[in-house]
Amino acid sequence: MGTEKNILVKLENAGYSQNNKWLVRGVSLEVEKGKIVTLIGPNGSGKSTTAKIALGIYKKIEGNVEKHTKKVGYVPQKVSIDWTLPLRVSDFMVLTESLKDDAIDEALSLTGVGHLKNKNLGNLSGGEFQRVLLARAISKKPELLVLDEPVQGVDFTGEIALYELIKKISDELNCGILLISHDLHTVMSATDHVVCLNGHVCCSGSPIDVAKNIEYKALFGEQASQILSVYEHKHDHVHSHEGEIKKN
Amino acid sequence: MFDDFFIRALFAGIGVALVTGPLGCFVVWRRLSYFGDTLSHSALLGVTIAYSFELNIAVSVFLVSSIIALFLIQLQKKTNLPGDALLGLLAHSSLAIGLVVIGFLTFIRFDIMGLLFGDILAVTVNDLIIIWVGGALILLVLKLIWKPLFASTVNYELAEAEGLNPDRAKAIFTILMAAIIAISIKMVGLLLITGMLIIPAAMARNISDNPQKMVLFSVIGGLLSVIIGLFSSLEFNTASGPSIITASLVLFILSLLKIKQSIQLKN
Repeated sequence: MGTEKNILVKLENAGYSQNNKWLVRGVSLEVEKGKIVTLIGPNGSGKSTTAKIALGIYKKIEGNVEKHTKKVGYVPQKVSIDWTLPLRVSDFMVLTESLKDDAIDEALSLTGVGHLKNKNLGNLSGGEFQRVLLARAISKKPELLVLDEPVQGVDFTGEIALYELIKKISDELNCGILLISHDLHTVMSATDHVVCLNGHVCCSGSPIDVAKNIEYKALFGEQASQILSVYEHKHDHVHSHEGEIKKN
Repeated sequence: MFDDFFIRALFAGIGVALVTGPLGCFVVWRRLSYFGDTLSHSALLGVTIAYSFELNIAVSVFLVSSIIALFLIQLQKKTNLPGDALLGLLAHSSLAIGLVVIGFLTFIRFDIMGLLFGDILAVTVNDLIIIWVGGALILLVLKLIWKPLFASTVNYELAEAEGLNPDRAKAIFTILMAAIIAISIKMVGLLLITGMLIIPAAMARNISDNPQKMVLFSVIGGLLSVIIGLFSSLEFNTASGPSIITASLVLFILSLLKIKQSIQLKN
């Protein structure tokens, strides 16, 4: 294939369990340089867990993870800053990597929050904080970006701009991106590869392939599927509420 | 210069305050005040072992506190008991064992009040060397692990994901906690060491808007507490530990005035 050296992170049949319950199991995927891989799936389907397996945050896992880069930028789904810790945006920007002032300014203005540099992190709105999180992750010019719902709480126009920014970053830095998103429109337009999760990999492939996939349709409904396709065929299994898979 | 007991105590206190300042900030940020209590209670056991085997008190306290800390980490992994219950279990059982052992050591004259609340008369030139050399080592190590420790204090998963190895930093920090207790036990006394760690840091939080400032003010607050506390200890013939902690409390109350102002400004 000759593409081996471009792979940044590779999961093989990976799974993670907590309190004797599998959060996600049997996930195989790889993120290459310059490619955007998106995880979609309903709540509790193991998207964040999969991201954390890929990042090496969960260590006691089933299966295999290979990470071929150390330059990682991560936007977690939830970050809460305690009042006991006084932290300005500029302090947060240099949390894991020392940056020059210019680099901080540049990253912050890319995500539209240059004016918040000296503000206290605790006083930001949800959307502002999300923009700071994204700015921090891209400021270190990572090879691998893992973005767990990076635009949650961001206003509508901002959302579009940030997704454009993410696409631009992927091209400019030639970094690989593992994206978790609820916005199916964006997923379908900007992504190279989609992995649809529901405790396991339901289906994966190019956005068009996935949109056509019957399991995707079962998960997200007809409408979601019509975003790109009206392709239809019979279900071969259904998901019960307990997450079991039953053949029709 | 160090012939005078008060000068010795003053320099010992300043050495301790320089280290408790930054360390105390992490204790406040990471919510470790009860953990600090547990380690310092276990220090009594360390002291009795030092007396029994004629070891250096600081070395013995350091070793016993480190063992207790590592034991705690193991217990946390093995049982489902909540953290505070485990801390209480270790704090009180090690304090109890220490007191039981003291009961057996009838052949040694014991100044138990001095141990619990600090005794400036007891600071020797040897202690001064231990405080300053040990303190410098603690600060050096803290500087080396600062980035991963601080990042994981803000968000553990971020630090782990971006390759900073927060678990190692946490383990090293635990050892530093044992070390600061070992070197400050003579000055502040084992019941009040945690106060020396958290009160100046809490005071500093009230008047800081960023972490560097908080560390700086915490150090300054600690220094002022030691100096004011020791002079009043000399003046009123009170135990050094309680005097220092009382001074730090006064500073904390003063800092509340500032925070009240800034809240009013916002409204």
